[in-house]
Amino acid sequence: MTENGAALVQVRNLHKVFKRGAERIDVLQGVDLDLQSGEFLSLMGPSGSGKTTLLNLLGGLDTPSDGTVTVGGDRIDKLSAARLSRWRARHIGFVFQLYNLLPVLTAERNVELPLLLTPLSRSQRKKHVATALAMVGLSGRSKHYPRQLSGGQEQRVGIARAIVTDPTLLLCDEPTGDLDRKSGDEILDLLQALNAEHGKTIIMVTHDARAAARSTRTLHLDKGTLATEGHDR
Amino acid sequence: MFRWLSQTVTVIGVSLRSVPQRLGPSVVAIVGITGVVVTFVAVLSIAEGFNAAMANAGSPDTAIIMRGGSNAELNSALALDSTRIIADTAGVRRGENGPMASAELFVILNVPKQSTGTDANVPLRGIQMGAFDVRPEVEIVEGRLFTPGTNEIVVGRSASNLFSNLELGAVNRWGENTWTVVGIFEAGGTISESEIWCDAAVLQPAYRRGSTFQSVVARLDSAETFQAFKDRLTTDPRLDVQVERETDYYRSQSSQVRAIITGIGSVIALLMGIGAVFGAVNTMYNAVATRTREIATLRALGFSGSSVVISVLVESALLAVVGGVIGGGLAYAAFHGYQTATMNFQTFSQVAFAFTVTPALLVQGAIYALLMGLVGGLFPAIRAARMPIVTALREL
Ligand SMILES: Nc1ncnc2c1ncn2[C@@H]1O[C@H](COP(=O)(O)OP(=O)(O)OP(=O)(O)O)[C@@H](O)[C@H]1O
Ligand SMILES: [Mg+2]
Repeated sequence: MTENGAALVQVRNLHKVFKRGAERIDVLQGVDLDLQSGEFLSLMGPSGSGKTTLLNLLGGLDTPSDGTVTVGGDRIDKLSAARLSRWRARHIGFVFQLYNLLPVLTAERNVELPLLLTPLSRSQRKKHVATALAMVGLSGRSKHYPRQLSGGQEQRVGIARAIVTDPTLLLCDEPTGDLDRKSGDEILDLLQALNAEHGKTIIMVTHDARAAARSTRTLHLDKGTLATEGHDR
Repeated sequence: MFRWLSQTVTVIGVSLRSVPQRLGPSVVAIVGITGVVVTFVAVLSIAEGFNAAMANAGSPDTAIIMRGGSNAELNSALALDSTRIIADTAGVRRGENGPMASAELFVILNVPKQSTGTDANVPLRGIQMGAFDVRPEVEIVEGRLFTPGTNEIVVGRSASNLFSNLELGAVNRWGENTWTVVGIFEAGGTISESEIWCDAAVLQPAYRRGSTFQSVVARLDSAETFQAFKDRLTTDPRLDVQVERETDYYRSQSSQVRAIITGIGSVIALLMGIGAVFGAVNTMYNAVATRTREIATLRALGFSGSSVVISVLVESALLAVVGGVIGGGLAYAAFHGYQTATMNFQTFSQVAFAFTVTPALLVQGAIYALLMGLVGGLFPAIRAARMPIVTALREL
């Protein structure tokens, strides 16, 4: 498939078990994955197959039961919560299905949030925010609050927030799941452009084959493991 | 460090800005703490007022002399010749009218309160003219001084305000005698204002006290000569007396009452405080629950758990301090200066005083509120920070 070693993301024999009382759910049972810098990967699979779980492990929101995760040369599977928190701030941009903007902050303040965790000065932050908002085509809405924006616009603010720190990896969990077809297509256009023109490495979870078709590669998660199905289109 | 500060400030800002969306529970917490602080400040202002009345009582250059071992005027008895020996002892300041000393006795009257009509104890003190040299703060503000040898009385301002039929010109029948109020006096808010004064020589036969007194108050050459004066009296073989500085005497006479008021006040405030803390805990759990997704999002972006803890604590503390300030203000508006009287059971007499809300009390109230807020916010804050991000993100 790809040459190993230089891969940006390396997942080996990843296991994740959830325990709910006496019940034990083996969600991931030995996932292997290599992702090169500059790829746009779609993750598909039935509901409950563990797509979100995998994404959370790649993004350092959770720690695996077993196996290793290496991102950009960093082993993150054994990091403490505090270290993971700092690591996420540096390397990961999250895009959520429900945008997860803070309602009390304007678009630009929402986008600025991750920059507060960097050593950038106020004026530098301002510049980065303006650039990110321009990239998602929302320069004119910087002073708007989330409730004054449409769903598609909210998600674009969410994407601006995810890219403003120029993270190593962009992780999107069903970014178009809550949008109508047209807005969803615009978001996909945007992600595709970020990948093709700005070289962003993206992993996107989606239920929608049309959305997956925009990516450069699609993998299917089923019964706890990853499989390539058919061919990239 | 600086980055930690800036992210914490941001999280605090975000949480405070969303308070209006959680107004209901926030107001509940504020009201709870307001109630506690009102009570706390009001009760302690009683102790303050009582304190002030007692602390003003007496001056350091005045000595009060009673029979040895009597501890309070009520239990004391001094014969006429003893009182003369005391007044003539070196160390007592002398003025135009001779030694500045007054041999005194007092009886306790039952006088109805104006407010409730129920009887309360009021001291009727028989004095000698030296009393006005010993207590220069005493000033007749209405009417005139009693004429020595007559059944005329002058009434302290607080006693006149609090009790029935003690205004200028009022006539009262107490015991076998009829007494006429011919003057009202003020004494700088001190305990004397709670008393009624008459001529000691009239009071003695009226209450069959013969020629005995209960105490001598004497103005000394200076506050520093007290010890020498005391030694002179206590080593005099003709006398069996105890000598106290007047300030110390009143302080010890009020210590129990003060301790009880402060004690009761603190217990009430503590119990109510526990209730209010539970209110705050509830409010903050609620706040954390409503903010679950917001907190999880911030955590996902890389914000630290400690910044979340602090934001919850700050919010809780701010709500509490708002409650504390409102409570202090209400207590001040409602109670400050409110005149009342209480029984000083050590002297079996009423002490009139005003609720006194001091700045220090307001600060204490605010600090108490802050404390309740911090305690109330602690567990919710910890829960907020411990919340697993991935499960919290699943919540809508
Ligand atoms: N924190 C958790 N505790 C217990 N079980 C969990 C937890 N997180 C996920 N699960 C379970 O793990 C399984 C996989 O969940 P996950 O959310 O990863 O699936 P998904 O592929 O993203 O599904 P969907 O398409 O519905 O989003 C589900 O059965 C889910 O109930
Ligand atoms: Mg999912």
